[in-house]
Amino acid sequence: MADPDTLEKRLAQQGISRRAFLKFCTAMATLMALPPGTAPAIAAALAKAKRPSVIWLSFQECTGCTESLTRSYSPTVESLIFDMISLDYHHTLQAASGFGAEKSREDAMKESYGKYLLLVDGSIPTKDGGIYSTIAGTTNLDMLKQAAKGAAAIISVGTCAAFGGIPKANPNPTGAVAVSDIVKDKPIVNISGCPPIPAVITGVLAHYLTFGALPELDSLNRPKAFYGETIHDRCYRRPFYDQGKFAKTFDDEGARNGWCLFELGCKGPVTHNACATTKWNGGAGFPIEAGHGCLGCSEPDFWDAGGFYKALSMPATPLTLVTGAAVTGAAVGVGISIANRMKKGAAKSAHQTATFTDLEK
Amino acid sequence: MSLENISIKVETAGVFSVGNVNALLSEIAAGLAKVIATGETTVIDLQSLPFAPGEYEQLRQTLGQGEVTARIEAIGTSEVIETRCPGVWWLTHCNIEGDIVADVIEITAIPEILKSQPEDVCAGLDRLNAMLSQPAPRND
Amino acid sequence: MNAMQFLAWVRGPGLDISVGILLLGVIWRLLEIYTLGRKPDLAPARRRAGASGWHTLYRRSLPAPGGLSRSPISYVGGYTFHIGLAIVVFLFAPHILLASSLVGLSWPGLPSPVIDGVTVITLAAMLVMLFDRINKPVKRYLSTFEDYFTWALTFLPVLTGYLAVKHLLLPYATMLAVHILCVELLLIALPFTKLFHAITVFGSRWYNGQINGRRGVPV
Repeated sequence: MADPDTLEKRLAQQGISRRAFLKFCTAMATLMALPPGTAPAIAAALAKAKRPSVIWLSFQECTGCTESLTRSYSPTVESLIFDMISLDYHHTLQAASGFGAEKSREDAMKESYGKYLLLVDGSIPTKDGGIYSTIAGTTNLDMLKQAAKGAAAIISVGTCAAFGGIPKANPNPTGAVAVSDIVKDKPIVNISGCPPIPAVITGVLAHYLTFGALPELDSLNRPKAFYGETIHDRCYRRPFYDQGKFAKTFDDEGARNGWCLFELGCKGPVTHNACATTKWNGGAGFPIEAGHGCLGCSEPDFWDAGGFYKALSMPATPLTLVTGAAVTGAAVGVGISIANRMKKGAAKSAHQTATFTDLEK
Repeated sequence: MSLENISIKVETAGVFSVGNVNALLSEIAAGLAKVIATGETTVIDLQSLPFAPGEYEQLRQTLGQGEVTARIEAIGTSEVIETRCPGVWWLTHCNIEGDIVADVIEITAIPEILKSQPEDVCAGLDRLNAMLSQPAPRND
Repeated sequence: MNAMQFLAWVRGPGLDISVGILLLGVIWRLLEIYTLGRKPDLAPARRRAGASGWHTLYRRSLPAPGGLSRSPISYVGGYTFHIGLAIVVFLFAPHILLASSLVGLSWPGLPSPVIDGVTVITLAAMLVMLFDRINKPVKRYLSTFEDYFTWALTFLPVLTGYLAVKHLLLPYATMLAVHILCVELLLIALPFTKLFHAITVFGSRWYNGQINGRRGVPV
């Protein structure tokens, strides 16, 4: 082909002006949490970008992450799908089904072997050979291993794929694990959150499309641009925390005045996410702004972290050893005191009175 | 009873400030000094800031509206105004559905997006030349 | 184990085990002490029976005559540290929450910035006491491993708590978990070291006073 299939060429063919393209790049800079002055650099990079093939595998999930993605505002999902990526397989969004859909997935994987982007949402059950979640007769475990072989990179969308999520919570009956527990030899980006903020999902994709590389990651493989700060450090209610003004119950005086929700179980101090700045529903707000404490949904094992309404300073599980310990302590105490008394009694009975004459002997 | 019949009482949160407005105004002042000294542009992304309820509106009110209003129709509407402070431009980009995709303050002589882009000028010239080279329609 | 799992452990099984050992130890030692009993004292009490107990509690809380000028650091430092620790432990909002979830009681607390200041004073007092213990020859001679160990066990929770609230040193989840772990170590060691004076101090002063109230000279 004479003309490479770059984004710039495609937009020009659609009659979109350079000015419009510049506006699009400004929006992309905001989306990727890059300094806004980098819009020209993004324009230059995108002008040469080619459409990668994207395979989306949905495993043991609630589809909330797909729902979140379809709520993304910028770029809109449609423009993302049709202009910037080639979404070759997605259960919820694709029109095809059955053998035809599976065949097009396999074809896309073969054609772009080594170059396609693999997006995974949902955890992977491993108990009993992984039989608890299958697609077209193949277990999720097998499908992931097979698809990972030819992927350029894997993006785990949502806490289930990133850390195991709700299926992994106690008692984890299906043996659910995260993607990174199974695939060890490919670069993995964890976009955690239950669900992740839509702008974060599209922002990471946009970064990959623009720069051809994955963004900088933290120790849990989450992109630092969105997960570098805790909710607590960017929360607008932080001054109240610092002043010690806490809401005691929902809808009390403190809550109505917008005081800190620490005592109502807010996990903001230990949660890394962009909710406090990027917010939800196009910037309308985020849970704390609506008066409910943060659940900590972008951290591993947040379902087992001791209760959503228990403050971080409260016990995570009820105390069970207390009665047993008290009884044992009492028993030991009584036992030792009996031993002491017996010693005292023995000493008393062994006591021999001495007289002056005895001492002279 | 339909949804419209449910009465809704809107209570405004009232403005309480956590200091964002003053901090931003300081940053804008520094940006203006830089423009005066070296001509370098500063861009502030408003969507990355943790505004408390009411602070965004407070910033709008403080910066106000200056002499220039521009409207760009390019994959959605973008509203560009020069605020009461010359050199401080507020750009709000919306997509076709009307959602805000970028909200920035640019401290510069003129925002880049208001200028005609060289590629577009060339394309426009090509179209104009094509129009001129066609024979004129007969007026019979 | 990552930070969240560590935090969930210290807030869950860790707390369970340490409170259990604390209760076990306290009940055991209290029983041990009080079941020992004393032979009935047949001498008449000088004042009303038991009066010397209360009087001694009050009197022994003050420095002995001449004691303050001879070792001011022991008294001033000691009182500052004890009062400061009590304020920080019992009047800080997250601690009150913990107490209310464990025993169901709740009481008002002090503003967090006040607790901040008191914490710094408490830490300073403890450091001064440590240096005094090392520098004064008699104190140093009398000090054993247990003295330094219990000092560290008491100092670390206050220090790590301060660091956690201020989000210093380690990421917050880890710092908070370390603070809770230090408290749990203190709880475990309390019944089996000299820290048990927290439970027995007033009882023993009262009893000393009561005995001396039946001796020749009221002491």
